[in-house]
Amino acid sequence: MTTSHDPAFSPDIAWCPGCGNFAIREAVRQALEELHLEPWQVVFVSGIGQAAKLPQYMPCNLFDVLHGRALVTATGVKLANSRLTVIAEGGDADMYAEGANHLMHAMRKNVNITCLVHNNQVFGLTKGQFSPTSESGFRTGTSPQGSAEPAFNPLAFGVALEAGLVARGFAGDIPRLKELIIAAIRHEGFSLLDILQPCVTFNKVNTFKWYQSRVYNLSDTPGYDPHDKAQAFARSLEWGTRIPCGIIYRNDRPALDRQLPQLHDQPLVDQPVPADKFRALIERFR
Amino acid sequence: MAVDITFRIGGAAGQGMQVISYSLGKMLARGGYYAFATQDVMSRIRGGHNFANVRVSDRPVYAQHGRCDVLVALDGRTIDEHRHELNEHAVIVHEKKLSPTGLEGHTVLAVPLEELATRFGADARMSNSVALGAVLCLAGYPLEPLLSVLKDEFSRKGNDVVSRNQACARGGYDFARHSFKKTCPCTLTALKSPESRLFMSGAEAVGLSAILSGLQFYAGYPMSPSTPILEYLASKGLEHGILVRQTEDEISAINMALGASWAGCRAMTGSAGGGFSLMVEGLSLAGMTETPIVIALCSRPGPATGLATRQAQADLLFACHAGHGEFSRVIFAPGTAEQAIYATNQAFDISEEYEVPAILLLDQHLNDSYWTLGPIDESRLMRQRYRADAADLAPYAYKRYAPASSSASPLLRPGTPNQLRYDDSDEHTEEGHITESAEIRRAMVGKRLGKAADISLELARPDCGPGEPARTVVLCFGSTYGVAREAVDNLSREGASISLMHLNEIMPFPREAVLARLAKTHRITTIEGNATAQLARLVTTETRLKIADSILKYDGRPFSIEEAERELEKQA
Repeated sequence: MTTSHDPAFSPDIAWCPGCGNFAIREAVRQALEELHLEPWQVVFVSGIGQAAKLPQYMPCNLFDVLHGRALVTATGVKLANSRLTVIAEGGDADMYAEGANHLMHAMRKNVNITCLVHNNQVFGLTKGQFSPTSESGFRTGTSPQGSAEPAFNPLAFGVALEAGLVARGFAGDIPRLKELIIAAIRHEGFSLLDILQPCVTFNKVNTFKWYQSRVYNLSDTPGYDPHDKAQAFARSLEWGTRIPCGIIYRNDRPALDRQLPQLHDQPLVDQPVPADKFRALIERFR
Repeated sequence: MAVDITFRIGGAAGQGMQVISYSLGKMLARGGYYAFATQDVMSRIRGGHNFANVRVSDRPVYAQHGRCDVLVALDGRTIDEHRHELNEHAVIVHEKKLSPTGLEGHTVLAVPLEELATRFGADARMSNSVALGAVLCLAGYPLEPLLSVLKDEFSRKGNDVVSRNQACARGGYDFARHSFKKTCPCTLTALKSPESRLFMSGAEAVGLSAILSGLQFYAGYPMSPSTPILEYLASKGLEHGILVRQTEDEISAINMALGASWAGCRAMTGSAGGGFSLMVEGLSLAGMTETPIVIALCSRPGPATGLATRQAQADLLFACHAGHGEFSRVIFAPGTAEQAIYATNQAFDISEEYEVPAILLLDQHLNDSYWTLGPIDESRLMRQRYRADAADLAPYAYKRYAPASSSASPLLRPGTPNQLRYDDSDEHTEEGHITESAEIRRAMVGKRLGKAADISLELARPDCGPGEPARTVVLCFGSTYGVAREAVDNLSREGASISLMHLNEIMPFPREAVLARLAKTHRITTIEGNATAQLARLVTTETRLKIADSILKYDGRPFSIEEAERELEKQA
């Protein structure tokens, strides 16, 4: 996977120097390359925000949609053409604030798409307001006395809803992040990959250094079974001095597209219109 | 002699008035008559007062009378609510237990509905089938066609339900034959060698046409009066290879449909005004990314929850202006189920050819009423796909928003080998990449708005009949067509210089055609189902024509023919 496929592709990248998004972009690029996916086989559906700009800087199909709605549009794309690899991409505001209702239902539907969330615990593009994952008390332009709400826990949420795959990655560890992206794309069902992404401009607390001293990998934890819901729930609640990364939870129930008989034989988009049935359809009204 | 009979069937919610009106209408449409059935229902599942109308005629009818010829009362409240609507020779069939007073001068038949339903159907709830049989006998119509309709209607509930309902209908029929010895003033004879016609609701007409137009994906959230479209399509999904999804909300519905459309499927969504309000940002996305989508906007009275099960035409200007920013759209406002079939088809065709959102502006009266249709002219239905061919393209050379011979760019299916599609809700270059260039911005705004002129050339021009326009021309849109048509025809038969122009195509507004026909008209009047004369305001904005007056109704009920005639007479 290279950018040479598209000669016109020389994006003017709008991220701050040193932003965690650069590392995430590199991990995504490597993952797609390792999966031997051609650019035309991959669709990014992105919301709005600094994170949602990532697909602008990747030479793959892109449907850049509305803030918060990437998951439902991605669901429509996948149901229409199950041959495409569909990735919904956005930040914590996009997926956990504006789009939280869709996140819940995407997990329930278990449609076979991958959701990558760049979680920097702050609104970037609108200049530093508190987000659903900000720690309580976070002082910003819209929360001068400190935010009142507790931080949203996307992983515990995913485990509770029995999402297909629930994982956490860290932008400071590209090789492991790449592996998690590969696992998320390969999973046949809905996968949520929450990516800890330090914001070098607006979040002076959760820095690369702050994370580096706290994250550990579940893949290094002997006996950890992500199929064990109780264990997964316990790990998903862990935050503070130690922060687990890796595949937290896994549920192999069938993906939505596998459950719909209309999609058994071929993708919806390839199916011919059954015009031979029209006469009988009309006659039922006689 | 011309046949024109109005049956009115009333009772509490749950007593099955809809079954009576639908079965009666279907049977008569099969028998070569024109039936038009409407529902007046409260937003509740049991109790209250609901009623249904069936108007039957030997010529096409698309509207209802305020007065009725046959009143079927399943409960006492029906007689109190409707006694002032009875025509001089009206016939009343009522549950015997009710023993109503003050019906002197009318033909009355008391039928022990519940008793017969219990005897023949072992279920008092089958009173409606008993009443249906009794009414049919009074009208002098044979029983067999009804039995066959009941069989078709109830077969999905099993043979037992079919035969019990048939036994009840026969019981009612026989009871009337033995106990009613007078001559009924409302008679319906079975037509010899009748031309059988189609009978369907407006919602079914839209759903049927969507399937005939090659629909592949529909997403929606239940909300009256759009739910019947969602349910009709869901019932046909498996057989016709259509994916129908009930989503978590209307925001999800439109954005999911846009995703399916983007991937290459013919896609549609629908809701009432409230749900459409939630869809509006998605509508704007469709405009910006030039993604085809058909949206059924099924109006009911607002604001907010309004009157959930009732009629209004108050979303006209909302449909015209919904969505932030400026972009082309197409809006159809069909007047009958038959018009809805062709409008739905054209909505799919234009939406895909010009890559614009298409809105079907429907309403409760159109959706929930049952209409009699002649044969569907399938040769008029377009099913052409407007997808680009990548054969001539060098690898990775496709440009999503490249200028083309038409205002729409070639639309390539994503997943085409060695080609990429970038569609962006941000302002974008020809390739589809985000840009803030002022020059590109001007070009892209022009591209998106320029579609309206091209679409206008494909739309039918509204007319008001042959020859010089009458002294007064009445304008209407949507389902007010039926009542306006009939009232205007009646008045012109009586010598008034009055004609009707129905606007089925609302956007792009047919400015030239309207001006050409109406510039010299002495008086222009609108008749519409809202409180603020939205059609009059739209016409004036688009044409600068002066609208003399507007006849407005906003009580949650459709116009009756008598009301429309009375008001229009003042204008003529």
